Amino acid sequence: MESFDFVEVKVPAKAEYIGVVRLSISGIANRMGFTFEDIEDLKVAISEAITNAVKHAYKETGEGEITIGFGVYDNRLEVMVADHGGSFNLGEVKEDIGPYKQDDDIEELREGGFGLFLIDALMDKVEINSKYGVIVLMTKYLHETEVGQDGDQISTSQ
Amino acid sequence: MNLTIDVSNKENTAYLTLAGEVDAFTAPKLKETILPLTREEGQTVEVDFANVDYMDSTGLGVFISALKSTKEHNSEMKLVHMQERVYRLFKITGLTEIINIESTVQGGM
Repeated sequence: MESFDFVEVKVPAKAEYIGVVRLSISGIANRMGFTFEDIEDLKVAISEAITNAVKHAYKETGEGEITIGFGVYDNRLEVMVADHGGSFNLGEVKEDIGPYKQDDDIEELREGGFGLFLIDALMDKVEINSKYGVIVLMTKYLHETEVGQDGDQISTSQ
Repeated sequence: MNLTIDVSNKENTAYLTLAGEVDAFTAPKLKETILPLTREEGQTVEVDFANVDYMDSTGLGVFISALKSTKEHNSEMKLVHMQERVYRLFKITGLTEIINIESTVQGGM
């Protein structure tokens, strides 16, 4: 089996802790040798995932915890974000994503609709499992050549 | 991990100078500050991004709301001195097509 280091961080499901997790991922990615640009992408992607989890936790109970797992491999970083709460409607979430197109009406633009789209655009691989709460698993490779720029997709393993 | 917001006025322009990070924690404060400014008819709201080190989709959401408000109230919004990595988010989401963004600071450390 491929060996890897695993780092786990648990934070309260509150917006003020998103920046703390950004510092964690930035430290881990920096240690692994990711470029400055890739580290910025990772910071945005993880913040988007946690923002979703925080909003969700808030809607449900206004409290809770978010668990973040970092799988540190030789060639990639796997990030897992789990909100151990209820699950959101995945179909709905996927419908919401996509960039603004010029023929879209500004009025129709959703103010909160870019989170998942950005995760998908900035990471090499994104998977969402909503069987027990919502788990977002995202991967970024150390070398961009491992996965084509446009080859990323959102997959769901239910 | 915070955001400071300074507001000053000169003639028909409100200058908003941001410093720090825009995320789900700081975005509500930014939204509360910028929206009232966009409700003044004929006013231009100029937002200086030179010291914004980090932004994510919650920030994009604030500027989408502000843009909508400028359309409703006949005001204008202009984003200036944006660092490359922040500009990139506006670019990949297609928002550079509809939001007035002037000159980017290359690299931006």
